[in-house]
Amino acid sequence: MKRGFPNHPYIPNSVPEIEKEMLEFLGMESLEDLHKNVPDELKFKGEMDIPEAFGSEYELRRYVEELLDRDGDGKKYLNFLGAGCWQHYVPAICDEINSRGEFLTAYGGEPYNELGRFQSQFEYQSMVAELVGMDVVNVPAIDWAQAAATTCSMAQRKTGRKQIVLPEILDPQKRAIIENFGRATTEFVTVACTEDGQIDLEDLKRKVNKDTAGVYFENPSYLGVVETRGAEISRIAHEAGAESLVGVDPITLGVMAPPSEYGADIVCGELQPLGIHMNFGGGLAGFMATRDEEAYVNEYPSRLFGIAPTAQPGEYGFGDVAYDRTSFGHHRDGAKEYVGTQAALWGLTAGVYLATMGPAGMEEVGQTCMQNARYAVQKLNAIEGVKANSMGGLFFKEFVVDFNASGKTVEEINKILLSEGIFGGKNLSEEFPWLGQAALYCVTEIHTQRDIDRLVNVLARILA
Amino acid sequence: MTKIGLIVNPVAGLGGSVGLKGTDGMIEEALRRGAEPLSNDRAAEALTELIPMQSDLLICTGGGALGEQCAASLGFRTKILHPAPGRSGAEDTRALAKKLVKEGVSMILFAGGDGTAADVYEAVGEKQPVLGIPAGVKIYSPVYAATPKAAGELTRACLSGAVAAYEEAEVLDIDEDLYRQGRVDVRLRGYLTIPLERRLMQGRKAPSPLSEAASAHAIAGAVISEMLPDTCYLIGAGTTTRSIMERLALPNTLIGVDMICNRSLVESDVYGERILSLAEGRPLKLILTVTGGQGFLLGRGNQQLTPAVLQKIGKENIIVVATQMKMAALGGRALRLDTGSAALDRQLSGYYRVITGYEQYTVAKAE
Amino acid sequence: MKRIDRSSKVRTNFHQAKWDEPIIFELSTPGERGVSVPKAAPAVAAAVGDGVSDLPESLRRREKPALPEMSQNRVLRHYMRLSQMTLGADVNIEIGQGTCTMKYSPKVNEQLAKKICDMHPLQDADTAQGILQIYYETDQYMRQISGLDKFTFQPGGGSQAIFLMASMVRAYFESRGEERNEVITTLYSHPSDAAAPVVTGYKIVYLQPDPETGLPDPEAFKAVCTEKTAAFMVANPEDTGLYNGQIGELVKHAHSVGALCCYDQANGNAVLGVARAKEAGFDMCHFNLHKTFSSPHGCSGPACGATGVVEKLIPFLPVPAVEFDGKKYYLDESFADKKYGVSKVREFMGVAPVVLRAYCWIRMLGPNGLWQATKTAVLNNNYLFKRMMSIPGVSAYYEDGNNQRVEQCRYTMEQVTKDTGVTSGDVQRRMMDFGMHFWTSHHPYYLPEPITLEPTESPSKKDIDEYADTVAYIIRECYENPEVVKTAPHRSTIHQVDETWMDDPAGWAITWKIYNRKYND
Repeated sequence: MKRGFPNHPYIPNSVPEIEKEMLEFLGMESLEDLHKNVPDELKFKGEMDIPEAFGSEYELRRYVEELLDRDGDGKKYLNFLGAGCWQHYVPAICDEINSRGEFLTAYGGEPYNELGRFQSQFEYQSMVAELVGMDVVNVPAIDWAQAAATTCSMAQRKTGRKQIVLPEILDPQKRAIIENFGRATTEFVTVACTEDGQIDLEDLKRKVNKDTAGVYFENPSYLGVVETRGAEISRIAHEAGAESLVGVDPITLGVMAPPSEYGADIVCGELQPLGIHMNFGGGLAGFMATRDEEAYVNEYPSRLFGIAPTAQPGEYGFGDVAYDRTSFGHHRDGAKEYVGTQAALWGLTAGVYLATMGPAGMEEVGQTCMQNARYAVQKLNAIEGVKANSMGGLFFKEFVVDFNASGKTVEEINKILLSEGIFGGKNLSEEFPWLGQAALYCVTEIHTQRDIDRLVNVLARILA
Repeated sequence: MTKIGLIVNPVAGLGGSVGLKGTDGMIEEALRRGAEPLSNDRAAEALTELIPMQSDLLICTGGGALGEQCAASLGFRTKILHPAPGRSGAEDTRALAKKLVKEGVSMILFAGGDGTAADVYEAVGEKQPVLGIPAGVKIYSPVYAATPKAAGELTRACLSGAVAAYEEAEVLDIDEDLYRQGRVDVRLRGYLTIPLERRLMQGRKAPSPLSEAASAHAIAGAVISEMLPDTCYLIGAGTTTRSIMERLALPNTLIGVDMICNRSLVESDVYGERILSLAEGRPLKLILTVTGGQGFLLGRGNQQLTPAVLQKIGKENIIVVATQMKMAALGGRALRLDTGSAALDRQLSGYYRVITGYEQYTVAKAE
Repeated sequence: MKRIDRSSKVRTNFHQAKWDEPIIFELSTPGERGVSVPKAAPAVAAAVGDGVSDLPESLRRREKPALPEMSQNRVLRHYMRLSQMTLGADVNIEIGQGTCTMKYSPKVNEQLAKKICDMHPLQDADTAQGILQIYYETDQYMRQISGLDKFTFQPGGGSQAIFLMASMVRAYFESRGEERNEVITTLYSHPSDAAAPVVTGYKIVYLQPDPETGLPDPEAFKAVCTEKTAAFMVANPEDTGLYNGQIGELVKHAHSVGALCCYDQANGNAVLGVARAKEAGFDMCHFNLHKTFSSPHGCSGPACGATGVVEKLIPFLPVPAVEFDGKKYYLDESFADKKYGVSKVREFMGVAPVVLRAYCWIRMLGPNGLWQATKTAVLNNNYLFKRMMSIPGVSAYYEDGNNQRVEQCRYTMEQVTKDTGVTSGDVQRRMMDFGMHFWTSHHPYYLPEPITLEPTESPSKKDIDEYADTVAYIIRECYENPEVVKTAPHRSTIHQVDETWMDDPAGWAITWKIYNRKYND
């Protein structure tokens, strides 16, 4: 049986002469002399049914490129999909920075050899804090769903209460993640939404009581609706001694009020819109934010990088704030959460994006999203059998399009759109059966007037 | 002008050099064998670190070998509160220590071994900041710095304001008679307050007492949440077990045994027969922690827990608690049992589930 | 021209980039812009107005966020400088981060990963056949590497994978109506092997290492592994680099009382093609694609903890998985137990670019290359082990009889500390002065003055020699000139950080805003 791969380009010491020299240094004959502590019965004696290696880097590239060239994406197709992962413009500088090998291949060094990692994460924390109107922001979590799950757990631990109120309208996969994560400690209660997609305040008053740890709602919601009564929701939560927990799409915050202004105690959200490509869903990263109060800070499971002086005055150093909170610290116990590798590179990227956009850029992108989305709604509503923004609420960049009167299913419509080079909106008919044949459309600053007109023309044609 | 205290136990360390394992009651024999006192040199090593701040220091100490000799030889100003010693280390140590507290010194440095620490503890109690300069033959008590030089450096850091935190450290002593027979029986004598070192960039690389305290708090929560009604619990000695009493807001005997039932105190500082009569007709459980670096679960120090009491309790009713750091310090070694009865030791030996935090356990062998 | 003097392998003239770069807010100049943003077309604006007026006054942002205002080249320069002050694995001889498997991340994989950057996770499967095929085939490869029966790539990191394993344990016993409330792990497994099951509601029992062998005592394990035990969650090798040859016995006992066995294979680089989860009897396992399978660590993510299970646990895996019907790849949920299955731990399909890079790496090595990677990684480590053990004052706990570690080792410089007062934290900082570093260990330190090293298969022999020579050089300094080590670093980006305020709510500053509030107002 042939084993081993001499002179592999990624493995310098696979050079047979070097390998032999090293084995001799250890008094060994062959590589088989290694792994002495693996008993024979545990050794794998078969062969792995994996293709033999490509003969060259070029062959790998050709093969994978050909495989992926067949795929469509948001550039080859006109994309109106959102639903938790949105296509926004990614300034070139974002990719330039996050592709730098120094950052890309850094991991868990100290604030000396990896000063740039610490400083860039601190700056990212600081810029998101400005955007959401809070004091403290964590290094990124895995995604918004995980950030929301942790937000609920933080409220549960802080209040010592066991119920979290979740809105009826919520991304089903996010709900599954939150509920799976919190099950051991938390009961989840659902509050109804009104017809326009906002939280039903009367139902909320019924659901909130002395057992309520927090009320979680999103702005905008999963179906794109802007929650206009956030202050009222926070007040109801606070009167019961519960926390107001707000999930937010940060791309809205150049034009929309930050959640801190309507009473949020813990804010969370998704960083992907901030200069991160969709990456087939791999571009997601979550964040949490609170005021700088010890009771909140101590409930973060994630690392928090703080600025610190060094032995030399006038230098910025960095370190972990309240490290013992985390499962890396001394207090592994006490039912806190775990910490591990999450999505730091996207935090770095979000920081680059916010610094590049600045206050003016964030305002402009918000405005363009709102204008383009409104234009799309207006034009779509001119098509017979189509009702855009059918819920009738205030929206930002996403809205529900109701096709019930068109006589066609969303599945049928999306198939035709696909053949015309368009990714239609997300089909909601299974997840929200009460909407019937409806889809969630996303329109952002990347869509030109022509793009929107093209969608509308195709739809008008196929529904005619 | 800052006043610090200095106590040198002139006979500490005398036995070690001539193979005597400790000096208690063995001074004559040690001197006969030609032992050289070392404690004076050790104290001088520590004081050398304070020379840079000499002009601001007044060393309050005893005459001659009790400290004067050492401090004066390095050029320190001294104030003598106690005459030069006779032959008995212990009495001089205690008397001088009391006078130093009265004098209001900001810190007492003492050079000696475990016996000296116990004497200092007897005289000054738990409030006065102190720090040990290691000079004895056997040192198990963590009230001592790692080296004499380290004791000096830490004192300097303290005096310059770089150290402002303190922690309680165990004063342990072992029975020297048994030690000479090759057996180790560590007794917890009490706790002294020592400065806590805080170094640049090292803060969280080493266990902090902050986390030790938090761990003990979590352990207490775990123990309390699992307490059964109408069951008597004996709370053994130690700071980890103390936190159970603190969480229940009950008075605690730090180096004795208290009995509680239904989260209320039955009686403080109970022992032997009294335990059996108080628990009459009710289930009885014992909560113990691990002592010192030696990993004693039950040693002769727990005199209150007589063989009869332990027989009644039985292995299955012993609840062991210890912080993760304490368990880690054992490096996987077994917990030690030395009840004085070999048969009882055998009965109580085996694997114990140790509570190390809220819903966290480890398993340790006791033998 | 004279050559660089490399007669000594130690880079005594190294100096890291030191830019004294301000915090980005300090670089702001009002009015500067970093990028121009697409505006709505005039006809759009004419049709709908400014859009934002639809927002009620209370929801309009009143004050603009105080973000930096900078021209694009100045943003770029700031971050380029920060990158220069970051020694990723591309830059230094990356041997020091034990347990992290900092191997080379091939550049071709980076370029290929960019090809999927604009794909939307919900786009029609017909338009995603390429990436779905890659998911499907990577699953097949993982099955071969582990011997288990099906994998998911949803977890976004190793800890989330461990959490998924704990969630599946809970789901499995719920489906059987069994109440079990404890998970057993070992002290030298990753902290998340305890912390993640705690989140799912389990009590944790730690096994202490035997003081001689460093491995858990099988009798202690049997004493606590009972009908109450839900799972045994363990790394092998553990962070000490010791392979536990008794693992099969422990797994057998756990199975005899009905518990499941979960294999944390974050240290999987030790055993590719040599030992598998299946032969040891494990019910599930996870691999970190960002470690063993070469995807770059990205300053700590995004990542992927590929998690596999045996047949009977497939219904509890999250959805969807990729299946192939002979013609097409499609998203499949039919395997899932709708009532008890875990359904989701991360949104969509996990981190696709990481899966893609792992796929490319496997395809560039093939089965022989995977075996070679592990063998060379273990050879490198034992070579380093012998070099390290020859440094006076450096040693390693635990004797395994064969004097072998697998892919990493936790050393101790306890003797050096006793002799000189210099700690492993000091030496760690001093390493920075030579363009290198190492990791001590998780906290608390169970072994005194630890140094945890893992060379992987990536460094050359000369690289390892340079690393070991540098450690030896610094250890000698500890004896000859301890102050220079204690006060290090001297030639790094900054000097010793004063962490005095890091645990003090009145002094910590987690954002620039807080810094200004606490220190400048």
